[in-house]
Amino acid sequence: MLFFSFFKTLVDHEVTVELKNDISIRGTLKSVDQFLNIKLDDISVVDEVKYPHMSSCKNVFIRGSVVRYIHLPAAAVDTALLEDATRREAAQASARAKQS
Amino acid sequence: MESLSIHDPPPAGEQPVKHQPVPPMVPQLPPQMFTTAAQLLDLTDKKLMVSLRDGKKIIGVLRSWDQFANLVLQDTIERIFVQNLYADIPRGIYIVRGENVLLLGEIDLDKDDYIPEAFQEASVDRVFTLQKKEAEDRKRKEKARSKKLRAYGFEGEHMGEAII
Repeated sequence: MLFFSFFKTLVDHEVTVELKNDISIRGTLKSVDQFLNIKLDDISVVDEVKYPHMSSCKNVFIRGSVVRYIHLPAAAVDTALLEDATRREAAQASARAKQS
Repeated sequence: MESLSIHDPPPAGEQPVKHQPVPPMVPQLPPQMFTTAAQLLDLTDKKLMVSLRDGKKIIGVLRSWDQFANLVLQDTIERIFVQNLYADIPRGIYIVRGENVLLLGEIDLDKDDYIPEAFQEASVDRVFTLQKKEAEDRKRKEKARSKKLRAYGFEGEHMGEAII
């Protein structure tokens, strides 16, 4: 759930989503869910000529399973916080493993 | 034992299915409910372009969906782009299993049916033949590539499957 929460903090930022079929779509992150499905607003497709079917779309819903990379604005990512959260989650997971 | 035939009246209390008017669907979930359902809710009854894993592009009205992004699309057309040509094929109702969905794009009604100038409409047959040829070429190329890669110990990301 960590990355779900992480992406929630990036809502309303400009991101570029690269799909497994090599399309890159740039747009404002509007929402994200537990499967990391993504909704982008005001999209522009990098290399639009190659993907003519996207030209009449303004916002897209991308299924999480087809995403390869998400390029994030560096300024919007608090790496220290992310590291802390990762350690906390790892600690919780190992504590739970010990209990059972 | 009770023996029933199809001509018997239905048991009391159970009413024959009547066609009831469907209440209009109103978006109810707030956008801060970060679920697949909430994301798809405001795409309901909109004209969408759905890109599928096998490269098909379907344009139709989204009527129903669930948490896996299984979709029901109404009045669909399939639009095939090949080289600088395109063709539209009417397809009717589409039910898509979620795993085959790449993305859904809401069609901007201001830019509805805008197709870049570089593309011209052609007959379905012509586009179909060209597309088939293109797919075969790609498959051949992909096969040769993955053969070479395998020699080095690499496995491709989507073996043999073209996702466009």
